[in-house]
Amino acid sequence: MKRRDVIGAAVGLASVAWMRSAAANADELAAAIKRFADGAPVTEGRVEFDVAPLVENGNTVPVTVRVQSAMSESDHVKAIAIFNESNPQRDVANFFLGPRAGRATVSTRIRLATSQRLVAVAKMSDGSCWSHSVDVLVTLAACVES
Amino acid sequence: MKRVAAMMLLVAAPAVAVDARRSGFDDMSPQLQAMQRDDAANPAMLWVKDGEAMWGRECVRCHGDAATSMRGVATRYPSFDAATQRPITLGQRLATHQRTTSLSPESDALLGIEGYVALQSRGLPIAPPDDPRLQPFRERGEQLFRRRMGQLDLSCAQCHDDHAGQRLGGSTIPQAHPTGYPQYRLEWQAMASLQRRLRSCMNGVRAEPFEYAAPEFAELEIYLKARAAGMRIEAPALRP
Amino acid sequence: MARALITMPATAKRGEVIEIRTLIAHPMETGYRPGADGAILPRNVIHRFTCHYDNVLVFSAELFPAVAANPFIAFSTVATASGTLRFVWSGDQGFTQTETASLAVT
Repeated sequence: MKRRDVIGAAVGLASVAWMRSAAANADELAAAIKRFADGAPVTEGRVEFDVAPLVENGNTVPVTVRVQSAMSESDHVKAIAIFNESNPQRDVANFFLGPRAGRATVSTRIRLATSQRLVAVAKMSDGSCWSHSVDVLVTLAACVES
Repeated sequence: MKRVAAMMLLVAAPAVAVDARRSGFDDMSPQLQAMQRDDAANPAMLWVKDGEAMWGRECVRCHGDAATSMRGVATRYPSFDAATQRPITLGQRLATHQRTTSLSPESDALLGIEGYVALQSRGLPIAPPDDPRLQPFRERGEQLFRRRMGQLDLSCAQCHDDHAGQRLGGSTIPQAHPTGYPQYRLEWQAMASLQRRLRSCMNGVRAEPFEYAAPEFAELEIYLKARAAGMRIEAPALRP
Repeated sequence: MARALITMPATAKRGEVIEIRTLIAHPMETGYRPGADGAILPRNVIHRFTCHYDNVLVFSAELFPAVAANPFIAFSTVATASGTLRFVWSGDQGFTQTETASLAVT
């Protein structure tokens, strides 16, 4: 068994260098959302955030974000951002849409270092921002190689 | 006439046993099951796509269309190799077949072609060959499965027979049927063979893992396939 | 060249919204993981993905290390006219990959 297998197995969890207080993370999360919203208030709603409440492995977590919108020239989703609370950094992914998207639905797979809150924020063509947050429990493979 | 027929059925038919075997797929969340089912989203398909390309370059000239020539092949491995007078796994067969240099174990290239060949048997039942020459190896495989190993002094059977369905840490203990190999394991963020999984199980009980291509792996695989006989191949699978 | 898989319909009706699913092989090394010697492995991620439809940008994404290895991105676009969709991924260490797909619109 190679040592790299031992060490490589747990993504991010082996290193404690990035562990910070929960309060600091929550502040950073709020700041990241504020930056994305560009000064506009962020209202809870219009955004669906599909992610399993209990995740078997934090390495690959499927997520889908859906925003209610006509996606017309005059009324559409310009961008969708996903943020987290307890990973080493708050950003996860930002998606840029527009009327040519047809539907404001994006899917990807993300990494979660630990159980935490996720927030999806949608920025509309009129500048308004909408969000939804979910709490996700992350378990690990019990029979770990390390 | 109908009544007679019905009564005959009642008398003649033995009690139908419900197959209690579950694939690891059944123990996964709906989200991961959906990921496995979707060939556009299953990361294992990246390797399979490479395997398909290799097929086109190197295998098609003898074997033609893989969907025809390779259909059912993965269900019948490990088989008995007359040349070496030993069992041979599908991966070993592919690695050494018609090659001057063999594909190394766990290499992306070998996993790709193995995934592509296994895909051609997806949905088909595992059908271990009825070959008496495999018998002693199957028995040794079963002994390995029941043997306590490692610092934790656990046998495969203790977790995967006796406690399957119960939880270890946050995870459900699967019955450990090799229906989906080679598979993409989220823990490794990569495609891997049954041998890699068995090695990591051995690490899990703090045992020194057998080396790749050790005879013990073929023996274990023969036993595991016999234990899973009739279950459907789901390669290339996805697992947490 | 990394393996990439694009899944989308080959044909669509004008105005129809089609779903495009993309998958690309890439380790998305976070820059937070220690290697075998204990030293942190350098970050190596894809950070940008774009989709151009007949050279018009119709979708793009900014990816961070929290995106899982072998990134999967699914999105949609309106079938406007027959043409070519061009997908480009770019990232650390000069990584860049382009895939194209044709769409016939009736």
